Amino acid sequence: MVEKNTTYTEFLEAPPHVSEWRRFTRVFFQRKLVIFGLAILVLLVITAVFATWLAPYDPYKLGTADSLLQPSMGHPLGTDILGRDTLSRLIYGSRTALMVGFISVGVASIIGITLGLTAGYFGGAVNVIIMRAMDALMSFPMILLALVVASVLGGGIQNVIIALSIAITPAYARVIHGLTLSIRENDYILAQRAMGASNIRTMLGHILPNALPPMIVQITLQLGALILAEAGLSFLGIGIKPPGAAWGSMVNDGYKYLLNNPLLSFAPGLAIMLVVFAFNMVGDGLRDALDPRLRGLL
Amino acid sequence: MTTYIIKRLIQALFVLILVTLIIFFVMRLLPGDPIIIYVAQTAELEAMPPEMLDKLRAEFGLDKPIVVQYANWVSGIFQGDFGTSIFYRENVSTLLLERFPVTLHLGILALIISSILGIVLGLVAAIRRGKWMDTVVTPLTYIGISIPVFWLGILLIYGFGLKLGWLPICGYTSPFDDFWLSTRQLVLPVICLALFGLAANARQMRSSMLEVIRQDYIRTAWSKGLSERNIIAKHAIKNSLIPVITLIGISVRIMLGGAVLIEIVFAIPGVGRLLVSSIFGQDYVVVQAVTFVMAVIVLVVNLIVDISYGWLDPKIQYG
Repeated sequence: MVEKNTTYTEFLEAPPHVSEWRRFTRVFFQRKLVIFGLAILVLLVITAVFATWLAPYDPYKLGTADSLLQPSMGHPLGTDILGRDTLSRLIYGSRTALMVGFISVGVASIIGITLGLTAGYFGGAVNVIIMRAMDALMSFPMILLALVVASVLGGGIQNVIIALSIAITPAYARVIHGLTLSIRENDYILAQRAMGASNIRTMLGHILPNALPPMIVQITLQLGALILAEAGLSFLGIGIKPPGAAWGSMVNDGYKYLLNNPLLSFAPGLAIMLVVFAFNMVGDGLRDALDPRLRGLL
Repeated sequence: MTTYIIKRLIQALFVLILVTLIIFFVMRLLPGDPIIIYVAQTAELEAMPPEMLDKLRAEFGLDKPIVVQYANWVSGIFQGDFGTSIFYRENVSTLLLERFPVTLHLGILALIISSILGIVLGLVAAIRRGKWMDTVVTPLTYIGISIPVFWLGILLIYGFGLKLGWLPICGYTSPFDDFWLSTRQLVLPVICLALFGLAANARQMRSSMLEVIRQDYIRTAWSKGLSERNIIAKHAIKNSLIPVITLIGISVRIMLGGAVLIEIVFAIPGVGRLLVSSIFGQDYVVVQAVTFVMAVIVLVVNLIVDISYGWLDPKIQYG
């Protein structure tokens, strides 16, 4: 049954002009869960930036309190086996998560965009070699690839970043490759070429800007996956070296004392979940707001 | 269609060769000498004369040029021989045959549950959009794709194992030895492993179903006076399944990664556990073999997914 609520005036009047930004914000902020996700991310950034002031105790110093204290006013989440305040370590852990997440995504998107754009633009043998290499990398589970690379390079946060960047690059390369293939066929690209624009200029000045909105969505959504992978690696004991604080390794440390104080393991895990959830929500919101096909339908 | 399958097979073979190259040369970048590590673990390094080390090296073929080592490894694979584990002192093929069925048992159960349940939940959420099923299922799927599997495992162990005492918290028993115990032991790990795929499938199914039921041919079906059951079952499901099939292909890859973590949490003696202990023990022969087999599984699944598109959607032309 088609509801009859359209009037003729709607067709006669020109649609009111709405700026791109207004349209974007209207769709983006429409869903409450997206706003919730954004709030979590803002909170996370504030926590990471002001960790030094927010943390009640030194997260690294050993024996500031008795080990395995139950939650109390002084230590809201209790203390770990080495007598360190769990809340303080949780707060400092936000730095690890954000740093690993943002740097790896930055590195991976630069490399991935370069490879995918080059492969899609030039085609031919370049395309085959680059994209099949990406396929080969994509056939390893992400955490497994990162695990092997990190063990080859040795522990430490910078090696985890390298490992995760390598693991996530193919995903970006594939997306931009597909986008380049379709954008390349447009007449304005042909016009550029006819005017004698260089390849670099066409790629960076005309293809990349048009491919950027879907890439931004991908990048945001992958940040969640990346933080999950980082947590998995540090849970397995690869990654930030002690006494550094990472949520994944905190879950693992607390696991052994589950019956003494389950919060040791539960709290950092909840933090991981909330942050991944927030990135997924914001990524979804961005997709809805940037995808013209979905505009006005939600 | 046949030419497409042949083309796709050649492409897969090319990727497979790249996979072997990546695995082999990355593993050779590992710092440290596996022989020294093996000997050090048996605490005889001091007493070991250098000739003895050389002999061990020759035994594992480590004295040959690296290209020859690669050629030996690849030709070994084609004969089902993955070499000898430096640490276990056992044929890697035997190790794999022992450990892989465990991971497959876990993984296949999780794959079946996540596919069927995910598709059904997504379908219901879409056709009852905005009703209570949708308002319950959809937010839960967001949690499902955000939860770290190892942490979910710990939560379940705490709740169902330690507090309620309903289920065993770790270990694995072959279903042929004790089916009931085996099933009880697998309940929690399978839930953990299935949840991500389940949630992802439900999300994809919901959104592609919503897209399909807006199409003209569905409206035509309504106006012909067909029943809802008929329209959904005969016209809508098949088309909305295409993106879900792609996703199931991707989730096999994610599940293999998740299995590594879950086998650690639940102390299940599968390949994931073997892989992690081999990485820490720098037993690269085993790491090579496990990563290779996992990559082959992912490649084969992707091949099947690509070919099954043709069956699901005759509109797709294979160029």
